[in-house]
Amino acid sequence: MNAKILLPLTSSLLVVAACSPQQSAAPQAAHQEAHTEAAAMPAKVSEYTHFSGIGRNATTTEVAAWNIDVRPDFQGLPEGSGSAEDGEEIWIDKCASCHGDFGDANHVFFPLIGNTTTQDIETGQVAALQDPGKVRTTIMKVPYISTLWDFVYRAMPWNAPKTLTPDETYALVAYMLNLAEVIEYEEPLSHENIAQYQERMPNRNGITFDHGLWSVSGTPDTHNTDCMTDCTAAVEVTSELPEFAYDAHGDLVPQFRQYGPVRGWDLGLGKDSEGEAEAMDIPMDILTSNGCLSCHAMDRAIIGPAFDDVAKKYSASDAEYLTNKIYEGGSGVWGSMPMPPQPGLAEDDAKAITAWLTK
Amino acid sequence: MKKDKLRQGRIRKAPESFLDADFLNTIKKEGLNEERRSFLRKAFLAAGAATAAPLSSALAADDPNIVNIPEWSKTLGNPVGTNPYGLPSKYERNVIRRESPGLSPVPQASVAFTPLQSTFGIVTASGLHFERHHQGWVDIDPSRHRLMINGLVKNPKVYTMDDLMRLPSVSRFHFIECGANTAMEWGRVALPTVQYTHGMLSGSEWTGVLLSTLLEDAGIDMKQAKYIMAEGADGSSENRTINIENAMDDVIVAYGQNGEMIRPEQGYPLRLVVPGVQGVSSVKWLRRIEVGDKPWGAKDETSGYSDLMPDGKLRMYTSIQEAKSVITTPSGGQQLIDKGYYNVTGLAWSGRGRIKRVDVSVDGGKSWRTARLDSVVLPKALTRFNIDWVWDGSPAILQSRAIDETGFVQPTYTQLREVRGTRSVYHNNAIQSWRVDEKGWVYNVQVG
Repeated sequence: MNAKILLPLTSSLLVVAACSPQQSAAPQAAHQEAHTEAAAMPAKVSEYTHFSGIGRNATTTEVAAWNIDVRPDFQGLPEGSGSAEDGEEIWIDKCASCHGDFGDANHVFFPLIGNTTTQDIETGQVAALQDPGKVRTTIMKVPYISTLWDFVYRAMPWNAPKTLTPDETYALVAYMLNLAEVIEYEEPLSHENIAQYQERMPNRNGITFDHGLWSVSGTPDTHNTDCMTDCTAAVEVTSELPEFAYDAHGDLVPQFRQYGPVRGWDLGLGKDSEGEAEAMDIPMDILTSNGCLSCHAMDRAIIGPAFDDVAKKYSASDAEYLTNKIYEGGSGVWGSMPMPPQPGLAEDDAKAITAWLTK
Repeated sequence: MKKDKLRQGRIRKAPESFLDADFLNTIKKEGLNEERRSFLRKAFLAAGAATAAPLSSALAADDPNIVNIPEWSKTLGNPVGTNPYGLPSKYERNVIRRESPGLSPVPQASVAFTPLQSTFGIVTASGLHFERHHQGWVDIDPSRHRLMINGLVKNPKVYTMDDLMRLPSVSRFHFIECGANTAMEWGRVALPTVQYTHGMLSGSEWTGVLLSTLLEDAGIDMKQAKYIMAEGADGSSENRTINIENAMDDVIVAYGQNGEMIRPEQGYPLRLVVPGVQGVSSVKWLRRIEVGDKPWGAKDETSGYSDLMPDGKLRMYTSIQEAKSVITTPSGGQQLIDKGYYNVTGLAWSGRGRIKRVDVSVDGGKSWRTARLDSVVLPKALTRFNIDWVWDGSPAILQSRAIDETGFVQPTYTQLREVRGTRSVYHNNAIQSWRVDEKGWVYNVQVG
């Protein structure tokens, strides 16, 4: 017998021994010691401040490739220019489907533009922010022109971030600012004149850093006390979930365990519950794990159409069309709200959904 | 007949009485398969429906689950290694992350909430950690992932995962709470369960390298450095400004979560964890740290994650998640199964340090009792509390109130609104109230 055969046998015996209850006291004592030490949580975790052989200096080209941030003082802003006129075509092509032709759409995101005035441009504080009736748009809140530039360049368009050139970015920022009457339609916005348009940002003075939530040692806003008895004279319920909203988050029964100290409210919505789902062959696991239920409900249109309505519209011969539609997304069949493409959906899952809907 | 009408402990007839002899013989000969199990279950339900007696601890008849030795006691179990990566029991499929319908029309910029009503202890199972993405999640090849440090450092540096995982590591428990957790409740009650009211909160053991270790390695210029910016490698490249005092203190560049690698939805293979600060600063898929002398005014610290005050001013860089707590059982959307004893349990946490004490009221805040803090109490980590309660069947309003080591006491809605109004969206840490009615139904309410 040679050592090669013995080795695995020995190590597996060791594993078994380690699992057995007959351990010596020594390892436990060592463990407790380590625990006490950990509780002290030393600030320094190592003697070293430099680690030989680990990491390397970044090259200038590497830093340039990633160092895309633009600060309010315009550190990091690339050279270039573009006007609203230049930006209009790009906007219609790449931005309008979500944000609307005039940046005021709210069907996908909060509106970007609207509710600012020429008065606000003068004062630098958006008056409509004090009006609870007004929808809060991006331009009402954002104090810095750099923020618009930085975000468009790093994260837009929605499905193809980091594909815009600096000139296109200047043009798109100019397009938005023109809608907010900050810049003229034909005036190019550039690295040279951007600071002067910062002075026209409608909410440039509407911000404050004066609060206690920036630092761990900051002063809190509220000062409750730890009263233990007779703390209030009367308790009045001031707000309660309206009864019509009890099922706004679906059937609550399957949102809790079916054993233990509590159950979910039984609102009599059992048709969505698992027994029924099984009976109707609803591929619940697939619909849940792929997020379908965030836009589609069984029996009512929410963001997307009801599955019941989709099922009524299509039959078995439409299976291939419907599978493609799930993968590619699109809008127009059920309204203007686009269904996003679902490239990550497994083929078997897509087929199971289609088979169920076209049965 | 719905399965959920049934409760354990009810008087039920043994299912055998409802099964024909052929079926029983088949089971005897060939054992149970899924089809036969399902048939048995349905027969059981039919039996239960016939006797709708309330839950009883004094059973009038013998429990068939005891008297008829269950099939799992009489069959050979499944082999070791059936599931190389273990999964929860199939009976646990109600315990999942959920989205709030209508919260966001695009699922890539949305939230999936942690089912706090169903979790235990101070660690959230990694697969249940809440999700909040601004432009979808990605699954990055760790061998191609890089972390860059640039700005006010002696040597701009690049680290691979090989590098990062060789460095001195720490493993620490911290909560991550989205700054917008409980946002929909600022004005009034809007949501039925604790999953939706408080589920943008999770707790994990995070493993990684202290950011201070990396900043020192790169030669940070501490004379000029006042802020750092963290940036993601995903499409959104989310970027946030972080105080240098935090950055040099307890911020972790993390790759581990609860003993395994961070899940893709949490930023695999590398994320920042900024303890005690709103979740958006704990940038996922972390690719770059820049050291600077001024804040960055990024999109999610200006148009998003800025708090609108009643005077129309926007507070920027509101970061700290102040002391907060919530009772998770019993909580909204639940029904207590009977009168009698309950272990009221919940979570407390503070972005300013350790939880010192949690008090619980069952009369809407008139009087309070101090709860038991369970297990370890760690700074900027979830803390579990428990307290005894015997429900006598009369209406009650349950509340919990956290007090942290700075002496700060979690505020009431009235106190919070006095300062911040109802439109600030973020940092709602008000005391949560759950009303219990005579039926034992539990409702989300606010009290004045």
